[in-house]
Order: sequence, then C-alpha cells, then structure tokens
Amino acid sequence: MGWAMKTSIEQVWDWLDAVPDPEIPVISIVDLGIVRGVEWKGDTLHVAVTPTYSGCPATRMIELDIETALRANGVEQLVLERRIAPAWTTDWLSDNGRAKLEEYGIAPPSQAGGPERCPQCGSKALTRVSQFGSTPCKAHWRCDSCLEPFDYFKCI
Amino acid sequence: MTQDEALFQFLLRMGDSTLILGHRVSEWCGVAPVLEEDIALANTALDLIGQTQMWLGLAADIEGQGRDADQLAFLRDVWDFRNLLLTEMPNGDFGQTLMRQFLFDAWHSVQLGHLITSTDTRIAGIAAKASKEVAYHLERSAETVVALGDGSAESHKRMSQALEYLWPFANEMFVGDEVDAVLFKAGIAPDPASMRAEYDILVERVLDQATLTRPDKDFAHKGGKTGRQHTEHLGHLLATMQWLQRAYPNSKW
Repeated sequence: MGWAMKTSIEQVWDWLDAVPDPEIPVISIVDLGIVRGVEWKGDTLHVAVTPTYSGCPATRMIELDIETALRANGVEQLVLERRIAPAWTTDWLSDNGRAKLEEYGIAPPSQAGGPERCPQCGSKALTRVSQFGSTPCKAHWRCDSCLEPFDYFKCI
Repeated sequence: MTQDEALFQFLLRMGDSTLILGHRVSEWCGVAPVLEEDIALANTALDLIGQTQMWLGLAADIEGQGRDADQLAFLRDVWDFRNLLLTEMPNGDFGQTLMRQFLFDAWHSVQLGHLITSTDTRIAGIAAKASKEVAYHLERSAETVVALGDGSAESHKRMSQALEYLWPFANEMFVGDEVDAVLFKAGIAPDPASMRAEYDILVERVLDQATLTRPDKDFAHKGGKTGRQHTEHLGHLLATMQWLQRAYPNSKW
C-alpha cells in the first residue's frame, strides 16, 4: 500500500468509534477513552490502547475487536500497543459516553465519589450497597426513592 | 549484586505478593457470606492478578531469559517465590481474610505511593495504575475491619485474634536487605524500614475506630520476600494454582 492509498487518521478514529465496549455495548471504545493514539508509521498503523483496570478481562477482547474492525476495513499492517502510563482515568470518558451510560441505566462517574442521581428516576436519595459491582469499573448502588438497584461507574 | 539482579528480585516480591494474595482472595469466589462480599472479593482478586501481570511481565523482561509472566507464575516452585509471608496465610474466617487484606492494603498503598516517584519510569507507571485500584481495596477493607471490630462481642473477639495472629507476619514488610539497599540508593524503591511510621499512623487510626489494639510486639516472621523460609501453606496453594500447567504443560486458554 503506497502513501497515497493510506486511510486518513480521522477515518480510522471513525472506525474505532464503531467498536463497542464488550461489557457496556452502548458506548464505544473511543467514548470510553481507552484509545490513546492512532498513527501511521510507514505503511503500518499503530494503535495505542490503555486498559481501564489492570485485571480487566475485557482488555484482550477489545484488542481482538479492534484488530477485527480495522482488518475488515482493509488495514493490512497493524501494531497494537498496550500503554500503561499515563494510567486510564474516568476523566477520559467522553460527554457523549457519559450521556449514553446514564441512558443505559449506569450512573456516570462523578468527582463527588458517588452518583449524582438515580439513572432511572433522577432521585438524589441514594445508598451505596458496595464499592464493587458487576465489573471492576463499577460500584453497586440503590435508589431510596424508586428502590431500583443500579451500577455506578467508579471514578478513578 | 548488580542493579538489574536487585530489580528482578524486587519485581518478583511485588508480583508474587499480588499473585499469591490474589489467589487466596479468589478462594472465596462462590462461598463468601453474602453476594456483595463475594463480588467485592472477586474484584479485588482480579485487580491483584492484573497487577501481577504487569510486575511479573516487567520482571521477565529484566531477567531476559525468554520467560514471561505466566511462566514465572506457574512454573516456579516454593523456594523461588518472593511474596510476603502475610499473603500466603490461609483465609481462616471472613474476618481473618479482611484483617489480612487490611494489613496488606495499608502497606500496599504506602508502598505504591512511594513507587509513583520511582526513578524507573516503568515502575512508576505500574504503581500509578495500581494505586488507583488499591485506594478502593483499602477503603473497603478498612471499613470492614471497623464494622467487625466494633461489631458484636463475637466479631470483636475474632478480629482481635486475627490481628494477634497476623501481626508478626505483617512486620516482615519493614525488614530490608541488600536488594532494598541497592534500589533505595538508585532512587527506584523506598527503604522498607522508613515506611513503618507512615504505616503505623494509617493502621492505628483504623484499629482505633475498630476498638482494636495494635499489638506492641515488633517480632517479625521472615523468609517470604527472601524466599528462605516460606510457611507450609504456600506449597499447598501452588499445588492448586499451578496444577493445570503442571499436568498439561503449555496448554493455552
């Protein structure tokens, strides 16, 4: 593939934005903020990914999904880099991602250390059930008004 | 001892401690007292094992013998492990597990806090990542130690016994040797003895809230981080953890 044939970086970002997070499929891996760099080095596309939690079992699945998506779009030479530093932070979650999380029923991270409101009914009367939840990135909360349990995306 | 030899040993100490504790904590999976605690323990174990991949991965790179993190985890025997003795102690009851977790988490958070400023950027990067997770581990284990210590007469008694039993093992964290001296001089890792004061302030504040008393004994059971004398418990743990790779060598997930 010659230089003139190379896909633009913007196009690659669009392709990556179509790859859903395997555990929270309403947001893309770009919304999640784990794609940290896309660049061509010669004829090879380099994509850097920063895992959310060190033990997150979705990390390998995400890498496989990225590879599948890019190959399906004709990328032949691809290098995936797992970048540890700087560490992933919930600050990298996009506004779009935060809105989609809430719509899906997961309270987005908040600097206050807990959810702002119940993602179901909007009540602010909330109780923490556990600092740990269904995945490493979530905590388990309950709404005292509508009594629904819900996941809160932990701030890190 | 060259700096790389010391670094390899240090990375084994970090990675083996998180691996062995991660395995111990995972033994609760499916049998914890309530579902929320089961999930919290499993998530803690997952974080610790994830951190192990980073520490042992770097150890394998430094060693340069073509081994990887999995080979270090599954194909070494007891005498090659460098984990703190505290991490290999049996779970006991739920209270003992959480007391062990708290005594480890408090050290872990102090240790990682120092490692974030390590002159070795690879170590600083892993520490920055891990410390975010450990903040949640510590919050939870401290809360549970307070809830059980300042709970019923029975839970208070059990937490007191767990503390007395585990304390001499925790003391190993502050005993330094040549590995620590070499790395401290190079600005790579803190001097273990110097972390004692910071640790005691943190631990005593929580124990005080939990109506428990810090044992005044400074005697330390040693031999985990040097590998000279592990307890009888580690071999049993490894027999379970390593069984699949030993019985079916090179099998892949």
